[in-house]
Amino acid sequence: MTGKVLLAHGAGGRMTHQLIRELFLPALGNEVLEALEDSAVLDLEGGRLAFTTDSYVVKPLFFPGGDIGRLALCGTVNDLAMMGARPLGISASFILEEGFPLEDLEKVLRSMRQAAEEAGVKVVSGDTKVVERGAAQGLYITTAGVGLVPEGIEIRGSGARPGDLVIVSGPLGDHEVAVLVARGDFSLEGEVRSDCAPLNGLVEAMISASREIHALRDPTRGGLATTLWEIARASGVGVLLEEESIPIREEVRGVCDLLGYDPYYLASEGRLLAFVPEGEAERVLKAMGDHPLGRGAMVVGKAVEEPPGKVLLRTKIGGHRVLEPLSGEQFPRIC
Amino acid sequence: MNWKREEPEAARALVKEIARLVEGPLRLMEVCGTHTVSIFRAGIRAMMPPGLELISGPGCPVCVTPTGEIDRAVELARRPEVVLLTFGDLMRVPGSRGSLAQARAEGADVRVILSPLDAVAVAEGEPRKKVVFFAVGFETTSPAIAWAVKEARRRGLENFYLLPCQRLIPPAIRALLSAGRTGVDGFILPGHVSVIIGRAPYLFIAREFGLPGVITGFEPLDILEGILMLLRQKKEGRAAIEIQYRRAVKEEGNPLALGLMEEVFRPADARWRGLGSIPSSGLLLRDGFSEMDAVQAFDLPYEEVKDPPGCLCGEILQGLKRPPDCPLFGRGCTPEAPIGPCMVSSEGTCAAYYKYGGISA
Repeated sequence: MTGKVLLAHGAGGRMTHQLIRELFLPALGNEVLEALEDSAVLDLEGGRLAFTTDSYVVKPLFFPGGDIGRLALCGTVNDLAMMGARPLGISASFILEEGFPLEDLEKVLRSMRQAAEEAGVKVVSGDTKVVERGAAQGLYITTAGVGLVPEGIEIRGSGARPGDLVIVSGPLGDHEVAVLVARGDFSLEGEVRSDCAPLNGLVEAMISASREIHALRDPTRGGLATTLWEIARASGVGVLLEEESIPIREEVRGVCDLLGYDPYYLASEGRLLAFVPEGEAERVLKAMGDHPLGRGAMVVGKAVEEPPGKVLLRTKIGGHRVLEPLSGEQFPRIC
Repeated sequence: MNWKREEPEAARALVKEIARLVEGPLRLMEVCGTHTVSIFRAGIRAMMPPGLELISGPGCPVCVTPTGEIDRAVELARRPEVVLLTFGDLMRVPGSRGSLAQARAEGADVRVILSPLDAVAVAEGEPRKKVVFFAVGFETTSPAIAWAVKEARRRGLENFYLLPCQRLIPPAIRALLSAGRTGVDGFILPGHVSVIIGRAPYLFIAREFGLPGVITGFEPLDILEGILMLLRQKKEGRAAIEIQYRRAVKEEGNPLALGLMEEVFRPADARWRGLGSIPSSGLLLRDGFSEMDAVQAFDLPYEEVKDPPGCLCGEILQGLKRPPDCPLFGRGCTPEAPIGPCMVSSEGTCAAYYKYGGISA
């Protein structure tokens, strides 16, 4: 591949997919990595291991509702949880810029610890490197995690089936808007807090209610639209969404209107999407409603046979549109 | 009117009435890119009765910016003493020597801002740099740009420059109609632009060309109602400029904003992608502010550049072709690797077809 790394390569949309397909997979690929699931599941005697890794470069490091430490811990816990895995241990690797205040580092680590306690998991391994001033933006964190997939649980992004209902656990896009506002680039003001939270407890409650959950995924980069597109494509189903029922806060909508963003492409860091057979949905919704992170859970659509690999949105006024995956970066519009 | 609660019912009623009034084939042009996106997001195209075609016009400021202007911005951005500020959509528009995004990846200091006043703040914060604001936009944005220019003057900043590339909507509509190729039966006129300029600048559409126009808001129901108002005029054999977007648009526009524009800018002939040079369709700084004009300060000659071969952006901006008619659409040209600007801007017609197209295209 020629050219240079562009920002859009990290946006979680088509270009990220392209980079992964054309660069990472040819170099590092194996049958486990190539499934492109939220974590790798390895066969173990007497059970299966889920294994995942993720890097965090969020800017700013601190934002309402969280910081890079909380995010790094929750992100990896959530990738495990989306496979139905119970997290066993997390590793964390830190790249620090020379001159980074120790006080800030301590704040990040405390917040990471707090999130780990919420998730009931430990950071069991770690590493630190420092690079010269200017070679990094304060602090980057890479976390990895292993988890155990309980016997009989088969949850994967390719597991959705026609007839499944699509459930979201709460309002979407809070995280991205909180970070955007905190970034201060756009002189925006707002009260939105990041939704960043570990979802393994919620997933355990859902699994206790039903062993039939087909697919789970957290709509991080690329948002609802891209995440559903990934599931639709991997599962060979279509997804039909009802715009009316998709939960998005008024403040989040307001920021989107101002910047020309589409809220269906905004990242959340403490929400999940579930594909559940219709007959199980009531039990799952009840279990979610009883958990603090699932109180806003609701059905937003369903999986259908046709057209496979596509996400269709029935708009509030009764029209239809296709939700394509995120293309490039979302930029603020200019008029 | 609060439509929120009754939205689906109100929409159904409007669509029914629209279908009842459509008799023969009819082409309505939504001039503004924000309308194009709203029409796609709400799935309105697919709800229209057979015979009624909605075509997109030249109302995306990024799309109508010719390659030569992008080249000038890229060249400026590559100078080490320059910080180039731009609205986000412009970053990825390919020039003949790369885009601003590529210049940034190669080390140029290019930053995205949301408001022209942010440009003044950057200039104040970086006194050793020459801060150039690549000013692209229609009448909606130009008053704020005028305000930024005055603010830079008030703060005594000597490192603030404007690369003026603003355009005016009514002259573009006149050029489209005078060329006589578009075959439009009526105009869905832009709401935001009209908040500034009011109703009068569009009157020539009805008087000289005998066509109706409705200044329309951006909510799906606004657009449906705007279409219905156009159809009613057709039915009654009238051609007038009406305002659907009454809650925001006043007859006379916004005199304060118009006054600001008038004070800082003067109309000038300007090049549009696809439409060529249009008389009095651009804005240049008036003599009192001309030391802030980056074209003069940096001595930037304009080089005419041909559009990329095969690219139909020019025809698409005039409503002569639809994106799927373009041989590059979705093949060589995608939002990830755009060839023409209509695929870059979030409000570009091609990007809207590509992102939201699917079954509603």
